[in-house]
Amino acid sequence: MAKVWIPSLLQDLTDGNQVVTVPGSTVAEIVTKLEQLYPGIRGRLCEGEDLRHGIAVAIDTQIARSGLMASVAESSEVHFLPAIGGGQ
Amino acid sequence: MTKTSEYRVIGTRPIRHDGVDKVTGRAVYGADVQLAGLLHGRVLRSPHAHARIRGINIKRALALPGVEAVVTGADMPDAGDRVAELGEGAIVLRHLSHNTLAKDKVLYKGHAVAAVAAANPHVAEEALGMIEVDYEPLPPVMDVQAAMRAGAPLLHDDLITESLGKTSGKPSNIAKHFQFKLGDAEKAFALAEVVIEHEFHTATVHQGYIEPHSATAMYNPDGNVTIWTSTQGAFTARQQVAELLALPISKIKVVPTEIGGGFGGKIRVYLEPVAVLLSRKSGRPVKVLMNRADVFEATGPTPGSFIRVKMAADKSGRLTAAQAYLAYEAGAYPGSPVGAGAMCVFACYDIPHVAVDGYDVVVNKPATSAYRAPGATNAAFAVETVVDELCEKLKIDPLDFRAKNGAREGTRRADGPVYPRIGMIETVEAARQHPHYHAPLGGAHRGRGVASGFWFNIGLKSSATASVNADGTVNLVEGSTDIGGTRTSIAMQLAETLGIAAEDVHPVVGDTEMVGYSDVTGGSRVTFATGWAAYEAAQDIKRQMIDRAAQIWSAKPEDVTYNAGLLQCQTDPKKKLTFKELAAQLHATGGTIVGRASVDPPGVGGAFATHVVDVEVDPDTGKVTILRYTAIQDVGKAVHPSYVEGQMQGGAVQGIGWALNEEYVYNDKGVMTNASFLDYRMPTCLDLPMIDTVIVEVANPGHPYGVRGVGEVPIVPPPGAIANAIYHAAGVRLRQLPMSPPRVAKAILAAAK
Amino acid sequence: MSKVHIQAKINGKDTELLCEPRQSLLEVLRDELRLTGSKEGCNNGNCGACNVLLDGRLVNSCLVLGVEVKGHSVTTIEGIAGPEGLHPIQQKFLEQAALQCGICTPGFIVAAKALLDRKPKATEQEIRHWLAGNLCRCTGYDKIVRAVLEAAR
Repeated sequence: MAKVWIPSLLQDLTDGNQVVTVPGSTVAEIVTKLEQLYPGIRGRLCEGEDLRHGIAVAIDTQIARSGLMASVAESSEVHFLPAIGGGQ
Repeated sequence: MTKTSEYRVIGTRPIRHDGVDKVTGRAVYGADVQLAGLLHGRVLRSPHAHARIRGINIKRALALPGVEAVVTGADMPDAGDRVAELGEGAIVLRHLSHNTLAKDKVLYKGHAVAAVAAANPHVAEEALGMIEVDYEPLPPVMDVQAAMRAGAPLLHDDLITESLGKTSGKPSNIAKHFQFKLGDAEKAFALAEVVIEHEFHTATVHQGYIEPHSATAMYNPDGNVTIWTSTQGAFTARQQVAELLALPISKIKVVPTEIGGGFGGKIRVYLEPVAVLLSRKSGRPVKVLMNRADVFEATGPTPGSFIRVKMAADKSGRLTAAQAYLAYEAGAYPGSPVGAGAMCVFACYDIPHVAVDGYDVVVNKPATSAYRAPGATNAAFAVETVVDELCEKLKIDPLDFRAKNGAREGTRRADGPVYPRIGMIETVEAARQHPHYHAPLGGAHRGRGVASGFWFNIGLKSSATASVNADGTVNLVEGSTDIGGTRTSIAMQLAETLGIAAEDVHPVVGDTEMVGYSDVTGGSRVTFATGWAAYEAAQDIKRQMIDRAAQIWSAKPEDVTYNAGLLQCQTDPKKKLTFKELAAQLHATGGTIVGRASVDPPGVGGAFATHVVDVEVDPDTGKVTILRYTAIQDVGKAVHPSYVEGQMQGGAVQGIGWALNEEYVYNDKGVMTNASFLDYRMPTCLDLPMIDTVIVEVANPGHPYGVRGVGEVPIVPPPGAIANAIYHAAGVRLRQLPMSPPRVAKAILAAAK
Repeated sequence: MSKVHIQAKINGKDTELLCEPRQSLLEVLRDELRLTGSKEGCNNGNCGACNVLLDGRLVNSCLVLGVEVKGHSVTTIEGIAGPEGLHPIQQKFLEQAALQCGICTPGFIVAAKALLDRKPKATEQEIRHWLAGNLCRCTGYDKIVRAVLEAAR
């Protein structure tokens, strides 16, 4: 089961837990599961069917470009981060 | 795949393909576009930093002979509540629309209010003076801390603070709150043996590209519009114009001209929608330009900020805890890079207990845009200065400290993810062994400083198509506008893959109709991602070349090998053809071969840099002279070393300007008083020595050639390194940017008392 | 505003043009003669992107009026290369990778030519002093100075 790191601003919803182990083969399934465990968390991470604007999801070391649809392996870590771009 | 001297093209230094056009003045940049019947557009801008618009009267301007069209915010469609995804992040469309042409409020001096198109640019300027705008001035708020206080003038009645989906309820200038926590920083600080905490202030700074913005638009009666613009992303410009003007993307073609610098400031559109509106109203093509003052006052500089950093270590020199408070000025509309700043602030170090809070705050300044590693330089200035002070207190050499505490593969960042293979320690080691670090620095008022820095780099999407010509050359069309020589580094990756010479590839940057969707030139992504697209397009060509040779030899494709540009039949080794020889036979054997690719690669590698600088401080004037500068950076793999060195040198010099002289100086009415190159003081070649570079190559395991982005991280270490050098030269620690002569002199005088 | 008739030598060719008294030489070169190699960076003489040679003297063409060149000779970036090929300065800029976005390059090349015409063996310090009026934001100047040093050898 994947390890989901809960952003510190949402830890009041997860009884202070920073890392939650949750089943799911996609980020969407994981978010659904999180909502079952901690009602209200979905509304903080998502807006409608998508991740909230400005939020990206990283799986292990890489940003997952397909957001909620990204697949998650058994031993993965899932992180929710600010979406950033860059200059040059 | 990532061995060093096994490449034939990668790592060499061919002349760039667009070089001759650029040294002869033939290359066409945005303002150089010429069209029959062209009108000239100019923009009227607010003289007030904060005001309500009660009315605009354009009658007199329209009546001036030679004026063909006038537009205001009333000509922009209502943006509603939509949020647009623009590839480099989301933006509230209403904010982008109002920034382009103000609706009922102006939020900074220079905010665009109206625009005129005339047959003669001087007539257009005259007409601007005839537009009557009835303003009701309001008090401006010009500083991030002032804007956060209760009772501060509010820029937006509908802006409420958002913290990861939770909102505050009452209007504020604080748009967003970010937070990251690792471990228990509060407890760790309580147990710490050495703690240093300080506050820092940085000023608004501009990217300073030498080419002002421009846009030329031709709106055809059939509703199709073509836009020529110097942009970092033709596709994002197209999408922004489509969203802002409620036009279908299919009706808009954006032709990216050559671009005279961007650094993140030419991603957002400013003049493009205005040019389209003027062209539609006048029925003629219109070229709209900005002058240098407009560029300073009304494009997207990088935030001024207030930062507090606290770091703790044990007596052995091991970092145990770190805390940061970052408040960044977003300018008129939300969207400062404080999120990225919060993610980067402690990214160079392995620290078990971290707490970071970031605030995005609006003020009456132009809406900020990305500037080379956006958000990171402000944060690194603070952290690298505190680290230097820790080193002094602990009596540890600053590079030894970084070697001991530096992030490495497996280190967990404050924002959560664990690092893959990275090169922070390698850059520190290279600095430790570099002659600069051991060169004696004699003479009074001289000192040496070091600092490190990090930037993520991004991947995103790129497309490429490549066609084989009968003479064995290859035309390569890609969609990444070229601001530093990337068309050559991309062509080199294609050449390497095919086993042909870089000179035999003709790269072209395509417009939005010629090539598949490609994300912006930014985020240090082009050599990585568009290079990957070229690599995949080359693999596609290889497969087809193999099939064609098999057909010619009546062999099976599995029996044909392709190595270093030579195809050979394994079952009859006498049968072989070079790429050129096979190319000559293509037309007669089924037609030319076209390879294509569209990629969105994972495997992005972050970049680290460590810089060393020697300075001399004049104790009377406070002037800081850079005596020697060495920039060391992990680049993964340097495809074209000359241009990689150039990125390191250019970024370092922008950082030097940021450290020593550059700032927006505002009067008490919120008006910038130094909006020219004379008084917004960027480094000249007389201010600098040669900038030495060391390319460290820790291959990115996520790229076929080991490429990491290189463009951004070099701007991150300089202010911290220079602040540390000034301390070691003059005994004063400056915690405000820029460390300009008056500030340095004042600090020295104060310390002498 | 009525136009003035100007005759001048532009890049070695006798040229006739019409311009308004309020147009700068930079505007005349770009908008009337379509010589867009000289660039506008600031329009007030602080960046050197508009550098041209006026009777062999280095000037910011944004600070010269078009009407002032009547009877004079102007050399722009378009006149630096010859029919035989690139000028050595241009060649060295390419070899040394002394440009990134290239917008400042025409100004630098014209300015460097003005220096080397007077001081063929200019030193690094002389080069930096002479080129201090040309701003570059991309390169950090290192490779530009090296290119001019190479051309000076």
